[in-house]
Amino acid sequence: MSITQFILVSVVKIVLATGALLTAVAYTVWLERKVVGHIQNRWGPTRVGPFGLLQPLADGLKFIFKEDLTPPHVYKPLYIAAPVIALICALTSIALIPVGGWVHVAGLSTPLEITEVNIGLLVILGLASLGVYGVALAGWSSNSKYSLLGGLRASAQMVSYEIALGLSLVGVLILAGSFNLREIVDAQSGTFWGFIPRWNIFRCPPQIVGFLVYLTAAYAETNRIPFDLPEAETELVAGYHTEYSSMKFAMFFMAEYANMITVACLASLLFLGGWHGPVAGPAIVQAVLPVFWFGLRVFAFLFLYIWIRGTLPRFRYDQLMAFGWKFLLPVATANLIITALIVALRS
Amino acid sequence: MLHLLLFLVFGFACVAGAVNLLVQRHPINSALSLVLVMGSLAGEYLLLGAEFVAAIQVIVYAGAIMVLFVFVIMLLNAGEEERTPGSRVALVLGLPGMLIGSVLVAWLLLDRSPTRAVAAGALKGDPQTIGWLLFHNYLLPFEVTSILVLIAIMGAVVLASQPRMDASTKKEG
Repeated sequence: MSITQFILVSVVKIVLATGALLTAVAYTVWLERKVVGHIQNRWGPTRVGPFGLLQPLADGLKFIFKEDLTPPHVYKPLYIAAPVIALICALTSIALIPVGGWVHVAGLSTPLEITEVNIGLLVILGLASLGVYGVALAGWSSNSKYSLLGGLRASAQMVSYEIALGLSLVGVLILAGSFNLREIVDAQSGTFWGFIPRWNIFRCPPQIVGFLVYLTAAYAETNRIPFDLPEAETELVAGYHTEYSSMKFAMFFMAEYANMITVACLASLLFLGGWHGPVAGPAIVQAVLPVFWFGLRVFAFLFLYIWIRGTLPRFRYDQLMAFGWKFLLPVATANLIITALIVALRS
Repeated sequence: MLHLLLFLVFGFACVAGAVNLLVQRHPINSALSLVLVMGSLAGEYLLLGAEFVAAIQVIVYAGAIMVLFVFVIMLLNAGEEERTPGSRVALVLGLPGMLIGSVLVAWLLLDRSPTRAVAAGALKGDPQTIGWLLFHNYLLPFEVTSILVLIAIMGAVVLASQPRMDASTKKEG
């Protein structure tokens, strides 16, 4: 592949992936309003377009044209930088997420991801850990008590749950023997006895415990119910983004939903076999089906997020910390030790 | 060519961050400069082919330790640094001292050190190699370090729980 072809292919992939991610972010918000509405016996958005489908567009326009207020008491450089940091860290992760196998078009073949990195999983974890700065700095630079408390809670919570999150993934890494997301997915291809897929949650030793720990810790990392204490509206108005308005607020909102999508993608790739699924039919369908299976898994996880939001109440802060340190961390460690022992004894 | 350019960019960012760390008067700006230093160091590691070390540098230093720094600064609501006559003395003595120190270190590393320069990417920096080194060649230092860290954690727990214990014993007495 020549350098011009490489740049051309990369630009096309970046535009496609970013467009897909931003659309997914907008429509996850729509889905959330709709599903939570139905859970609470309401309709959700119905006015803009059929089923309220154009609501995200209207929301986006409203955010752009709203007056951008900067309160006089904020520390301006960091107040402006905070939403930018949050959004950059959230959107960059998509560059490392593979959504399917390889495509071959007009003599060019390219993997279905923006760039393949050997330590892809670690880079995503690194980006997620940098995302904390957006929230923490927003809380501090707003110079308001609600924001500061929200920022403090967010940074303590994210640092605590990051440990359980990281440990829960090590079992999968031991099974796959690689940090490369594509290799991790490839290690899960095929079936046991012809019908049970070789996904990591079904393999021996099964990673079902790791999967549940990952999901719980990831909900805390993305500040979602039942772990949304940084923005608990009953106590903190809106937590770290209390003082933000218009597009700056929207950037935090987009970052949160982009993070949810990254979490859903990682869960599908690491535990549920990525894009593997029944593939049949003509060549074009065979190329598209894996992406469809992957999208289906991601959608299922996003739906679960919303379902849980409509179901569970919020933790108290001491319960949150005790749960993270005294329950999730030991369980993740036990899962790691058992997985390592079984793999070591087998080899 | 691109390698050299990137090396210079990251190196410049690293030094600029370090200087800014000292010049800034507000602790949170200093802490963020340190994050920049860590990040550009990770970039340099990446250029040397040590991708695993680079990722760990970002996750552990920039993503965890520095977040705790920022957390403590936010929690204590630390104000701006105050300049005293002592800080002027530190400036007058410190700058020449730092110059002499860095020249000494550079001379030692470039001229006297037994380690020789290797081409970028000549040493393997993948997780497997590092894991092998840690758990075979350097197993004892690795375990000793982990015990040291464990002792530090226990010390922190003891220090953090001290006042509450006093209060409870007083109440009982």
